Amino acid sequence: MDLSPSTHLVHEPASKAEASPVLSFSHVTLAFEGPPVLDDITFSVAPDETRILLGPAGVGKSVLLKLANGLLSPDSGGVYLFGEDISHMDEELLFSMRTRTGMVFQEGALFDSLTVRDNVAYQLIQEDVDEEEIDARVREALRFVELEQTFDLFPASLSGGMRRRVAIARALIHKPDLLLYDSPTGGLDPVTSTTIIELIVKQRDVYHTPSLLVTHRLQDAFTMCTHRFDPASGRMVPLPEGQTDPHTTFLMLSEGRLIFDGSLAQLVTSQDAFVREFLS
Amino acid sequence: MAFETIDRTAKQLVLTLQDYSVFAYRALLNLFRPPVYWSDFLVQSDIIGFGSLSIVVLSGLSTGGVLALQSAATLSAFGAAAVTGQFVSLTMIRELGPVLTGVMVSGRNASSMASELGSMVVTEQIDAMRALGVDPIRKLVTPRIFSSIAMLFFLTILADAFGIVGGGLVTVFLNHQNGTQYLNMAWEHLRFPDIVQGLIKPLFFGYILSSIGCFYGLRTTGGTQGVGRSTIQAVVTASVLIIFVDFVITRLLLNVFASWI
Repeated sequence: MDLSPSTHLVHEPASKAEASPVLSFSHVTLAFEGPPVLDDITFSVAPDETRILLGPAGVGKSVLLKLANGLLSPDSGGVYLFGEDISHMDEELLFSMRTRTGMVFQEGALFDSLTVRDNVAYQLIQEDVDEEEIDARVREALRFVELEQTFDLFPASLSGGMRRRVAIARALIHKPDLLLYDSPTGGLDPVTSTTIIELIVKQRDVYHTPSLLVTHRLQDAFTMCTHRFDPASGRMVPLPEGQTDPHTTFLMLSEGRLIFDGSLAQLVTSQDAFVREFLS
Repeated sequence: MAFETIDRTAKQLVLTLQDYSVFAYRALLNLFRPPVYWSDFLVQSDIIGFGSLSIVVLSGLSTGGVLALQSAATLSAFGAAAVTGQFVSLTMIRELGPVLTGVMVSGRNASSMASELGSMVVTEQIDAMRALGVDPIRKLVTPRIFSSIAMLFFLTILADAFGIVGGGLVTVFLNHQNGTQYLNMAWEHLRFPDIVQGLIKPLFFGYILSSIGCFYGLRTTGGTQGVGRSTIQAVVTASVLIIFVDFVITRLLLNVFASWI
Protein backbone atom coordinates (compact mmCIF):
# COMPACT_ATOMS: atom_id res chain seq x y z
CA MET A 1 0.00 0.00 0.00
CA ASP A 2 1.22 3.44 -0.91
CA LEU A 3 1.80 5.42 2.27
CA SER A 4 3.23 8.50 0.63
CA PRO A 5 1.49 11.78 1.43
CA SER A 6 -1.27 12.85 -0.89
CA THR A 7 -1.46 16.53 -1.70
CA HIS A 8 -3.66 16.29 -4.78
CA LEU A 9 -7.03 14.86 -5.65
CA VAL A 10 -6.53 11.24 -6.60
CA HIS A 11 -9.39 9.66 -8.49
CA GLU A 12 -8.22 6.05 -8.31
CA PRO A 13 -8.80 4.22 -5.02
CA ALA A 14 -5.69 3.65 -2.96
CA SER A 15 -6.06 -0.11 -3.15
CA LYS A 16 -6.24 -0.44 -6.93
CA ALA A 17 -8.84 -2.93 -8.02
CA GLU A 18 -7.65 -5.60 -10.39
CA ALA A 19 -11.16 -7.00 -10.61
CA SER A 20 -13.93 -4.83 -11.99
CA PRO A 21 -15.44 -2.58 -9.33
CA VAL A 22 -18.80 -3.42 -7.76
CA LEU A 23 -19.71 0.26 -7.82
CA SER A 24 -18.27 3.15 -9.74
CA PHE A 25 -19.20 6.78 -10.28
CA SER A 26 -18.03 8.48 -13.46
CA HIS A 27 -18.23 12.29 -13.59
CA VAL A 28 -21.55 12.32 -11.74
CA THR A 29 -23.31 15.66 -11.28
CA LEU A 30 -26.63 16.29 -9.58
CA ALA A 31 -28.48 19.49 -8.66
CA PHE A 32 -31.84 20.23 -7.01
CA GLU A 33 -33.05 23.68 -8.09
CA GLY A 34 -29.77 25.53 -7.48
CA PRO A 35 -26.04 24.89 -7.52
CA PRO A 36 -24.95 21.24 -7.89
CA VAL A 37 -25.18 19.14 -4.74
CA LEU A 38 -22.65 16.79 -6.31
CA ASP A 39 -20.26 18.03 -8.95
CA ASP A 40 -18.19 15.77 -11.23
CA ILE A 41 -17.84 12.88 -8.77
CA THR A 42 -15.63 9.99 -9.87
CA PHE A 43 -14.60 7.04 -7.69
CA SER A 44 -15.12 3.29 -7.41
CA VAL A 45 -15.56 0.54 -4.84
CA ALA A 46 -13.58 -2.61 -5.54
CA PRO A 47 -14.62 -6.12 -4.43
CA ASP A 48 -13.59 -6.68 -0.81
CA GLU A 49 -13.10 -2.93 -0.29
CA THR A 50 -14.65 -0.75 2.41
CA ARG A 51 -14.79 2.91 1.46
CA ILE A 52 -15.50 5.56 4.08
CA LEU A 53 -17.00 8.77 2.73
CA LEU A 54 -16.19 11.68 5.02
CA GLY A 55 -17.49 15.23 4.97
CA PRO A 56 -19.37 17.77 7.05
CA ALA A 57 -23.16 17.68 7.39
CA GLY A 58 -25.16 18.83 4.36
CA VAL A 59 -22.38 18.28 1.85
CA GLY A 60 -24.25 15.66 -0.20
CA LYS A 61 -23.02 12.40 1.34
CA SER A 62 -26.47 10.85 1.71
CA VAL A 63 -27.41 12.00 -1.79
CA LEU A 64 -24.33 10.24 -3.14
CA LEU A 65 -25.32 7.06 -1.32
CA LYS A 66 -28.84 7.19 -2.79
CA LEU A 67 -27.33 7.55 -6.26
CA ALA A 68 -25.32 4.40 -5.62
CA ASN A 69 -28.36 2.13 -5.75
CA GLY A 70 -30.55 4.18 -8.04
CA LEU A 71 -32.81 5.80 -5.44
CA LEU A 72 -31.84 9.03 -7.22
CA SER A 73 -30.70 9.59 -10.81
CA PRO A 74 -27.80 11.88 -11.74
CA ASP A 75 -28.23 14.85 -14.06
CA SER A 76 -25.10 13.80 -15.91
CA GLY A 77 -22.38 11.15 -15.66
CA GLY A 78 -22.75 7.44 -15.04
CA VAL A 79 -23.32 5.25 -11.98
CA TYR A 80 -22.26 1.64 -12.56
CA LEU A 81 -23.57 -0.97 -10.13
CA PHE A 82 -22.19 -4.48 -10.64
CA GLY A 83 -21.01 -3.33 -14.06
CA GLU A 84 -24.39 -2.07 -15.24
CA ASP A 85 -25.19 1.57 -15.85
CA ILE A 86 -28.07 2.37 -13.49
CA SER A 87 -28.02 6.13 -13.94
CA HIS A 88 -31.20 6.14 -16.02
CA MET A 89 -32.35 2.57 -15.64
CA ASP A 90 -36.08 1.83 -15.50
CA GLU A 91 -37.37 1.59 -11.91
CA GLU A 92 -38.75 -1.94 -12.53
CA LEU A 93 -35.27 -3.18 -13.50
CA LEU A 94 -33.71 -1.33 -10.58
CA PHE A 95 -35.83 -3.25 -8.06
CA SER A 96 -34.07 -6.49 -8.95
CA MET A 97 -30.65 -4.76 -8.96
CA ARG A 98 -31.31 -3.39 -5.49
CA THR A 99 -31.99 -6.83 -4.04
CA ARG A 100 -28.23 -7.39 -4.44
CA THR A 101 -27.42 -4.41 -2.25
CA GLY A 102 -28.08 -3.80 1.44
CA MET A 103 -28.67 -0.30 2.71
CA VAL A 104 -28.63 1.00 6.29
CA PHE A 105 -30.42 4.33 6.57
CA GLN A 106 -29.55 7.21 8.89
CA GLU A 107 -32.28 6.55 11.46
CA GLY A 108 -32.71 2.89 10.58
CA ALA A 109 -35.90 3.47 8.54
CA LEU A 110 -37.58 0.44 10.09
CA PHE A 111 -41.25 -0.10 9.22
CA ASP A 112 -43.19 1.05 12.29
CA SER A 113 -46.16 -1.23 11.72
CA LEU A 114 -44.08 -4.41 11.49
CA THR A 115 -42.30 -6.40 14.19
CA VAL A 116 -38.52 -6.69 14.22
CA ARG A 117 -38.92 -10.18 12.74
CA ASP A 118 -41.00 -8.88 9.83
CA ASN A 119 -38.71 -5.89 9.31
CA VAL A 120 -35.61 -8.05 9.07
CA ALA A 121 -37.43 -10.62 6.94
CA TYR A 122 -39.06 -8.04 4.68
CA GLN A 123 -37.26 -9.09 1.51
CA LEU A 124 -37.70 -12.79 2.24
CA ILE A 125 -41.44 -12.35 2.88
CA GLN A 126 -41.83 -10.62 -0.50
CA GLU A 127 -40.07 -13.58 -2.10
CA ASP A 128 -42.49 -16.06 -0.43
CA VAL A 129 -39.69 -17.87 1.39
CA ASP A 130 -40.87 -20.67 3.69
CA GLU A 131 -41.88 -19.38 7.16
CA GLU A 132 -39.55 -21.73 9.03
CA GLU A 133 -36.61 -20.69 6.90
CA ILE A 134 -37.51 -17.04 7.44
CA ASP A 135 -37.52 -17.51 11.22
CA ALA A 136 -34.16 -19.29 11.13
CA ARG A 137 -32.53 -16.65 8.93
CA VAL A 138 -33.96 -13.77 10.95
CA ARG A 139 -32.66 -15.29 14.18
CA GLU A 140 -29.25 -15.77 12.56
CA ALA A 141 -29.18 -12.12 11.41
CA LEU A 142 -30.36 -10.87 14.80
CA ARG A 143 -27.78 -13.03 16.53
CA PHE A 144 -25.11 -11.37 14.37
CA VAL A 145 -26.15 -7.96 15.72
CA GLU A 146 -26.70 -9.44 19.21
CA LEU A 147 -30.39 -8.59 19.34
CA GLU A 148 -32.07 -11.99 19.19
CA GLN A 149 -34.31 -11.07 22.13
CA THR A 150 -36.05 -8.34 20.06
CA PHE A 151 -37.55 -10.86 17.60
CA ASP A 152 -41.21 -10.11 18.47
CA LEU A 153 -40.86 -6.44 19.44
CA PHE A 154 -42.02 -3.43 17.46
CA PRO A 155 -39.47 -0.74 16.43
CA ALA A 156 -41.15 1.82 18.71
CA SER A 157 -39.94 -0.11 21.76
CA LEU A 158 -36.29 -0.11 20.62
CA SER A 159 -33.61 2.45 21.44
CA GLY A 160 -31.88 4.42 18.65
CA GLY A 161 -28.85 2.15 18.73
CA MET A 162 -30.97 -1.01 18.66
CA ARG A 163 -32.88 0.31 15.66
CA ARG A 164 -29.61 0.78 13.76
CA ARG A 165 -28.54 -2.74 14.66
CA VAL A 166 -31.86 -4.16 13.45
CA ALA A 167 -31.40 -2.11 10.26
CA ILE A 168 -27.97 -3.72 9.81
CA ALA A 169 -29.54 -7.16 10.31
CA ARG A 170 -32.16 -6.30 7.68
CA ALA A 171 -29.45 -5.22 5.24
CA LEU A 172 -27.43 -8.39 5.83
CA ILE A 173 -30.14 -11.06 5.73
CA HIS A 174 -30.10 -11.34 1.96
CA LYS A 175 -26.30 -11.68 1.88
CA PRO A 176 -25.85 -8.61 -0.34
CA ASP A 177 -23.00 -8.04 -2.78
CA LEU A 178 -22.64 -4.41 -1.68
CA LEU A 179 -23.47 -2.65 1.57
CA LEU A 180 -24.32 1.03 1.85
CA TYR A 181 -24.28 2.64 5.30
CA ASP A 182 -25.75 6.12 5.70
CA SER A 183 -24.31 7.68 8.89
CA PRO A 184 -24.96 4.54 10.95
CA THR A 185 -23.68 6.19 14.14
CA GLY A 186 -25.20 9.64 13.65
CA GLY A 187 -26.87 10.96 16.81
CA LEU A 188 -25.76 8.04 18.98
CA ASP A 189 -23.74 8.17 22.19
CA PRO A 190 -20.05 7.11 21.98
CA VAL A 191 -20.61 3.68 23.56
CA THR A 192 -23.47 2.78 21.22
CA SER A 193 -21.51 4.18 18.26
CA THR A 194 -18.62 1.87 19.10
CA THR A 195 -21.06 -1.09 19.22
CA ILE A 196 -22.32 -0.20 15.73
CA ILE A 197 -18.80 0.26 14.36
CA GLU A 198 -17.81 -3.08 15.90
CA LEU A 199 -20.68 -4.72 13.99
CA ILE A 200 -19.59 -3.08 10.75
CA VAL A 201 -15.99 -4.22 11.30
CA LYS A 202 -17.28 -7.70 12.14
CA GLN A 203 -19.30 -7.72 8.91
CA ARG A 204 -16.26 -6.50 6.93
CA ASP A 205 -13.89 -9.12 8.38
CA VAL A 206 -16.33 -12.06 8.48
CA TYR A 207 -18.29 -11.69 5.23
CA HIS A 208 -15.89 -9.39 3.32
CA THR A 209 -18.79 -7.64 1.61
CA PRO A 210 -17.66 -4.49 -0.20
CA SER A 211 -19.20 -1.42 1.36
CA LEU A 212 -19.54 2.33 1.16
CA LEU A 213 -19.98 4.03 4.53
CA VAL A 214 -20.97 7.64 4.96
CA THR A 215 -20.05 9.44 8.17
CA HIS A 216 -18.95 12.80 9.51
CA ARG A 217 -17.41 11.19 12.62
CA LEU A 218 -13.66 10.87 12.19
CA GLN A 219 -13.34 8.70 15.26
CA ASP A 220 -15.59 6.03 13.75
CA ALA A 221 -13.67 6.13 10.47
CA PHE A 222 -10.29 5.78 12.21
CA THR A 223 -11.58 2.99 14.46
CA MET A 224 -12.69 1.02 11.42
CA CYS A 225 -9.31 1.46 9.80
CA THR A 226 -7.21 0.61 12.85
CA HIS A 227 -9.20 -2.36 14.21
CA ARG A 228 -10.09 -5.86 13.14
CA PHE A 229 -12.63 -8.40 14.29
CA ASP A 230 -11.20 -11.19 16.40
CA PRO A 231 -13.32 -14.34 15.90
CA ALA A 232 -11.79 -16.03 18.95
CA SER A 233 -12.92 -13.39 21.43
CA GLY A 234 -15.90 -12.31 19.36
CA ARG A 235 -14.83 -8.68 19.77
CA MET A 236 -13.15 -5.90 17.82
CA VAL A 237 -9.44 -5.57 18.67
CA PRO A 238 -6.85 -2.94 17.65
CA LEU A 239 -4.40 -3.79 14.89
CA PRO A 240 -0.71 -3.72 15.87
CA GLU A 241 0.78 -0.24 16.17
CA GLY A 242 1.32 1.40 12.77
CA GLN A 243 -0.90 -1.08 10.88
CA THR A 244 -4.19 -0.23 9.21
CA ASP A 245 -6.75 -2.34 7.40
CA PRO A 246 -5.54 -2.41 3.77
CA HIS A 247 -9.06 -2.75 2.39
CA THR A 248 -10.48 0.29 4.17
CA THR A 249 -9.93 3.56 2.32
CA PHE A 250 -11.29 7.10 2.40
CA LEU A 251 -13.14 9.62 0.29
CA MET A 252 -13.87 13.18 1.30
CA LEU A 253 -16.54 15.54 -0.01
CA SER A 254 -16.52 19.29 0.26
CA GLU A 255 -19.12 21.58 -1.31
CA GLY A 256 -20.27 18.84 -3.65
CA ARG A 257 -16.81 17.95 -4.93
CA LEU A 258 -14.66 14.96 -4.13
CA ILE A 259 -11.49 16.44 -2.70
CA PHE A 260 -9.78 13.33 -1.41
CA ASP A 261 -9.56 9.67 -2.39
CA GLY A 262 -6.95 7.53 -0.70
CA SER A 263 -5.69 5.61 2.30
CA LEU A 264 -5.61 6.59 5.97
CA ALA A 265 -1.91 7.40 5.74
CA GLN A 266 -2.55 9.64 2.77
CA LEU A 267 -5.46 11.27 4.57
CA VAL A 268 -3.57 12.20 7.74
CA THR A 269 -0.63 13.58 5.77
CA SER A 270 -2.73 15.44 3.21
CA GLN A 271 -1.76 19.08 2.67
CA ASP A 272 -5.22 20.04 1.44
CA ALA A 273 -6.47 22.93 3.58
CA PHE A 274 -10.00 21.56 3.92
CA VAL A 275 -8.80 18.06 4.80
CA ARG A 276 -6.46 19.46 7.44
CA GLU A 277 -9.22 21.61 8.90
CA PHE A 278 -11.62 18.66 8.93
CA LEU A 279 -9.06 16.43 10.64
CA SER A 280 -8.25 19.05 13.24
CA MET B 1 -42.98 39.81 -11.47
CA ALA B 2 -46.69 38.91 -11.49
CA PHE B 3 -46.29 37.27 -14.89
CA GLU B 4 -43.38 35.17 -13.58
CA THR B 5 -45.49 34.00 -10.65
CA ILE B 6 -48.37 33.02 -12.93
CA ASP B 7 -45.94 31.30 -15.29
CA ARG B 8 -44.33 29.35 -12.43
CA THR B 9 -47.70 28.37 -10.93
CA ALA B 10 -49.05 27.24 -14.30
CA LYS B 11 -45.95 25.12 -14.95
CA GLN B 12 -46.20 23.66 -11.45
CA LEU B 13 -49.84 22.76 -12.04
CA VAL B 14 -49.12 21.09 -15.36
CA LEU B 15 -46.20 19.17 -13.83
CA THR B 16 -48.36 18.03 -10.90
CA LEU B 17 -51.08 16.88 -13.31
CA GLN B 18 -48.51 15.00 -15.36
CA ASP B 19 -47.04 13.34 -12.26
CA TYR B 20 -50.50 12.42 -11.01
CA SER B 21 -51.48 10.90 -14.36
CA VAL B 22 -48.36 8.73 -14.49
CA PHE B 23 -48.80 7.76 -10.84
CA ALA B 24 -52.50 6.88 -11.21
CA TYR B 25 -51.84 4.90 -14.39
CA ARG B 26 -49.06 2.86 -12.74
CA ALA B 27 -51.20 2.18 -9.69
CA LEU B 28 -54.09 0.94 -11.84
CA LEU B 29 -51.90 -1.18 -14.07
CA ASN B 30 -50.30 -2.95 -11.11
CA LEU B 31 -53.51 -4.84 -10.34
CA PHE B 32 -53.14 -6.76 -13.59
CA ARG B 33 -49.44 -7.62 -13.19
CA PRO B 34 -47.95 -9.86 -10.51
CA PRO B 35 -47.12 -9.64 -7.69
CA VAL B 36 -50.50 -8.47 -6.37
CA TYR B 37 -50.57 -8.00 -2.61
CA TRP B 38 -53.97 -9.51 -1.78
CA SER B 39 -53.31 -9.58 1.96
CA ASP B 40 -52.72 -5.81 1.91
CA PHE B 41 -55.94 -5.44 -0.08
CA LEU B 42 -57.85 -7.23 2.70
CA VAL B 43 -56.18 -5.22 5.47
CA GLN B 44 -56.96 -1.95 3.70
CA SER B 45 -60.55 -3.06 3.02
CA ASP B 46 -60.98 -3.59 6.74
CA ILE B 47 -59.48 -0.19 7.59
CA ILE B 48 -61.34 1.74 4.90
CA GLY B 49 -64.60 -0.23 4.84
CA PHE B 50 -65.29 -1.39 8.37
CA GLY B 51 -63.48 1.61 9.86
CA SER B 52 -65.73 4.07 8.02
CA LEU B 53 -68.95 2.21 8.83
CA SER B 54 -70.01 4.33 11.80
CA ILE B 55 -69.52 7.73 10.13
CA VAL B 56 -71.29 6.59 6.97
CA VAL B 57 -74.27 5.14 8.87
CA LEU B 58 -74.62 8.21 11.08
CA SER B 59 -74.27 10.72 8.25
CA GLY B 60 -76.73 8.68 6.13
CA LEU B 61 -79.31 8.58 8.92
CA SER B 62 -79.00 12.30 9.64
CA THR B 63 -79.10 13.35 6.01
CA GLY B 64 -82.17 11.26 5.29
CA GLY B 65 -83.84 12.70 8.38
CA VAL B 66 -83.00 16.28 7.45
CA LEU B 67 -84.25 15.72 3.89
CA ALA B 68 -87.58 14.46 5.22
CA LEU B 69 -87.87 17.35 7.65
CA GLN B 70 -87.09 20.03 5.09
CA SER B 71 -89.08 18.55 2.21
CA ALA B 72 -92.22 17.79 4.22
CA ALA B 73 -92.83 21.48 4.98
CA THR B 74 -92.37 22.54 1.35
CA LEU B 75 -94.26 19.60 -0.12
CA SER B 76 -97.21 20.13 2.27
CA ALA B 77 -97.65 23.64 0.88
CA PHE B 78 -98.47 22.00 -2.48
CA GLY B 79 -100.46 19.20 -0.91
CA ALA B 80 -97.77 16.72 -1.88
CA ALA B 81 -96.48 15.59 1.51
CA ALA B 82 -97.17 12.02 0.43
CA VAL B 83 -94.22 12.06 -1.98
CA THR B 84 -91.66 12.61 0.81
CA GLY B 85 -90.55 8.99 0.46
CA GLN B 86 -89.93 9.36 -3.25
CA PHE B 87 -88.03 12.61 -2.70
CA VAL B 88 -85.80 11.19 0.03
CA SER B 89 -85.00 7.92 -1.74
CA LEU B 90 -84.26 9.49 -5.12
CA THR B 91 -82.09 12.24 -3.60
CA MET B 92 -80.19 9.81 -1.43
CA ILE B 93 -79.63 7.17 -4.09
CA ARG B 94 -78.82 9.45 -7.01
CA GLU B 95 -76.86 12.21 -5.30
CA LEU B 96 -76.40 12.55 -1.59
CA GLY B 97 -75.58 8.92 -0.81
CA PRO B 98 -72.57 8.70 -3.14
CA VAL B 99 -71.34 12.28 -2.65
CA LEU B 100 -71.71 12.36 1.13
CA THR B 101 -70.10 8.96 1.51
CA GLY B 102 -67.30 10.02 -0.82
CA VAL B 103 -66.63 13.22 1.10
CA MET B 104 -66.92 11.58 4.53
CA VAL B 105 -64.66 8.67 3.60
CA SER B 106 -62.28 11.10 1.93
CA GLY B 107 -62.06 13.13 5.14
CA ARG B 108 -61.24 10.00 7.08
CA ASN B 109 -59.16 7.96 4.66
CA ALA B 110 -57.54 10.33 2.14
CA SER B 111 -56.13 12.19 5.15
CA SER B 112 -55.00 8.97 6.78
CA MET B 113 -53.34 7.74 3.57
CA ALA B 114 -51.57 11.07 2.99
CA SER B 115 -50.30 11.30 6.56
CA GLU B 116 -49.28 7.63 6.78
CA LEU B 117 -47.40 7.60 3.48
CA GLY B 118 -46.05 11.11 4.15
CA SER B 119 -44.61 9.96 7.48
CA MET B 120 -43.08 6.97 5.72
CA VAL B 121 -41.44 9.33 3.21
CA VAL B 122 -39.94 11.66 5.82
CA THR B 123 -38.63 8.75 7.91
CA GLU B 124 -37.09 7.20 4.76
CA GLN B 125 -39.29 4.09 5.01
CA ILE B 126 -40.36 4.51 1.38
CA ASP B 127 -36.70 4.71 0.30
CA ALA B 128 -35.98 1.68 2.48
CA MET B 129 -38.77 -0.21 0.73
CA ARG B 130 -37.35 0.72 -2.68
CA ALA B 131 -33.86 -0.22 -1.50
CA LEU B 132 -35.24 -3.64 -0.49
CA GLY B 133 -36.44 -4.14 -4.06
CA VAL B 134 -40.16 -3.56 -3.40
CA ASP B 135 -42.24 -1.13 -5.46
CA PRO B 136 -44.03 1.21 -3.00
CA ILE B 137 -46.75 1.97 -5.55
CA ARG B 138 -47.50 -1.71 -6.00
CA LYS B 139 -47.23 -2.51 -2.29
CA LEU B 140 -48.87 0.57 -0.72
CA VAL B 141 -50.89 2.43 -3.34
CA THR B 142 -52.57 -0.23 -5.48
CA PRO B 143 -54.18 -2.10 -2.53
CA ARG B 144 -55.46 1.20 -1.09
CA ILE B 145 -56.99 2.27 -4.41
CA PHE B 146 -58.80 -0.99 -5.07
CA SER B 147 -59.95 -1.35 -1.47
CA SER B 148 -61.34 2.19 -1.57
CA ILE B 149 -63.22 1.54 -4.81
CA ALA B 150 -64.72 -1.72 -3.53
CA MET B 151 -65.54 -0.44 -0.06
CA LEU B 152 -67.01 2.88 -1.18
CA PHE B 153 -69.42 0.95 -3.40
CA PHE B 154 -70.81 -0.97 -0.40
CA LEU B 155 -70.64 1.98 1.97
CA THR B 156 -72.73 4.01 -0.47
CA ILE B 157 -75.41 1.30 -0.52
CA LEU B 158 -75.42 1.41 3.29
CA ALA B 159 -75.60 5.22 3.34
CA ASP B 160 -78.53 5.09 0.89
CA ALA B 161 -80.35 2.51 3.01
CA PHE B 162 -79.78 4.36 6.28
CA GLY B 163 -80.75 7.65 4.63
CA ILE B 164 -84.12 6.17 3.64
CA VAL B 165 -84.50 4.72 7.15
CA GLY B 166 -83.64 8.13 8.69
CA GLY B 167 -86.18 9.83 6.42
CA GLY B 168 -88.76 7.20 7.39
CA LEU B 169 -88.19 7.70 11.11
CA VAL B 170 -88.64 11.48 10.78
CA THR B 171 -91.71 11.01 8.57
CA VAL B 172 -93.40 8.68 11.07
CA PHE B 173 -92.33 10.12 14.44
CA LEU B 174 -91.92 13.85 13.76
CA ASN B 175 -94.06 14.56 10.70
CA HIS B 176 -96.71 12.06 11.87
CA GLN B 177 -97.27 10.67 8.39
CA ASN B 178 -97.97 7.13 7.29
CA GLY B 179 -94.89 4.91 7.29
CA THR B 180 -96.21 2.40 4.75
CA GLN B 181 -97.01 5.20 2.33
CA TYR B 182 -93.46 6.58 2.79
CA LEU B 183 -91.88 3.22 2.02
CA ASN B 184 -94.16 2.56 -0.94
CA MET B 185 -93.32 5.92 -2.46
CA ALA B 186 -89.63 5.43 -1.75
CA TRP B 187 -89.61 2.05 -3.48
CA GLU B 188 -92.14 2.31 -6.32
CA HIS B 189 -90.64 5.34 -8.01
CA LEU B 190 -87.13 4.00 -8.09
CA ARG B 191 -85.99 3.07 -11.59
CA PHE B 192 -83.01 1.28 -13.01
CA PRO B 193 -81.13 4.46 -14.11
CA ASP B 194 -81.43 5.90 -10.60
CA ILE B 195 -79.70 2.88 -9.08
CA VAL B 196 -77.06 2.73 -11.84
CA GLN B 197 -76.27 6.42 -11.35
CA GLY B 198 -75.95 5.95 -7.63
CA LEU B 199 -73.69 2.92 -7.93
CA ILE B 200 -71.39 4.15 -10.70
CA LYS B 201 -70.40 7.30 -8.83
CA PRO B 202 -68.74 5.63 -5.81
CA LEU B 203 -66.42 3.73 -8.16
CA PHE B 204 -65.01 7.05 -9.38
CA PHE B 205 -65.06 8.66 -5.95
CA GLY B 206 -63.21 5.73 -4.37
CA TYR B 207 -60.53 6.01 -7.02
CA ILE B 208 -60.25 9.78 -6.57
CA LEU B 209 -59.98 9.84 -2.78
CA SER B 210 -57.42 7.04 -2.56
CA SER B 211 -55.23 8.05 -5.49
CA ILE B 212 -55.17 11.68 -4.33
CA GLY B 213 -54.43 10.66 -0.73
CA CYS B 214 -51.56 8.39 -1.77
CA PHE B 215 -50.25 10.85 -4.37
CA TYR B 216 -49.91 13.72 -1.92
CA GLY B 217 -48.55 11.39 0.75
CA LEU B 218 -45.75 10.13 -1.48
CA ARG B 219 -44.89 13.68 -2.60
CA THR B 220 -44.33 14.86 0.97
CA THR B 221 -41.29 17.01 1.57
CA GLY B 222 -40.24 19.15 4.53
CA GLY B 223 -40.48 16.86 7.55
CA THR B 224 -43.45 16.70 9.90
CA GLN B 225 -44.71 20.10 8.75
CA GLY B 226 -44.77 18.70 5.24
CA VAL B 227 -46.88 15.76 6.41
CA GLY B 228 -49.50 18.19 7.73
CA ARG B 229 -49.42 20.12 4.47
CA SER B 230 -49.86 16.95 2.39
CA THR B 231 -52.78 15.85 4.53
CA ILE B 232 -54.62 19.15 4.05
CA GLN B 233 -53.91 19.17 0.30
CA ALA B 234 -55.14 15.59 -0.04
CA VAL B 235 -58.45 16.16 1.77
CA VAL B 236 -59.18 19.48 0.06
CA THR B 237 -58.28 18.24 -3.44
CA ALA B 238 -60.15 14.94 -3.04
CA SER B 239 -63.30 16.62 -1.67
CA VAL B 240 -63.38 19.30 -4.36
CA LEU B 241 -62.67 16.76 -7.10
CA ILE B 242 -65.43 14.46 -5.86
CA ILE B 243 -67.98 17.28 -6.05
CA PHE B 244 -66.75 18.40 -9.46
CA VAL B 245 -66.62 14.86 -10.90
CA ASP B 246 -70.11 14.25 -9.49
CA PHE B 247 -71.36 17.11 -11.64
CA VAL B 248 -69.63 15.75 -14.74
CA ILE B 249 -70.85 12.17 -14.19
CA THR B 250 -74.39 13.33 -13.45
CA ARG B 251 -74.47 15.33 -16.67
CA LEU B 252 -73.13 12.39 -18.67
CA LEU B 253 -75.44 9.82 -17.12
CA LEU B 254 -78.50 12.03 -17.51
CA ASN B 255 -77.70 12.15 -21.22
CA VAL B 256 -77.14 8.40 -21.38
CA PHE B 257 -80.40 7.61 -19.57
CA ALA B 258 -82.39 10.45 -21.14
CA SER B 259 -84.86 8.04 -22.71
CA TRP B 260 -85.52 6.28 -19.37
CA ILE B 261 -86.23 9.42 -17.35
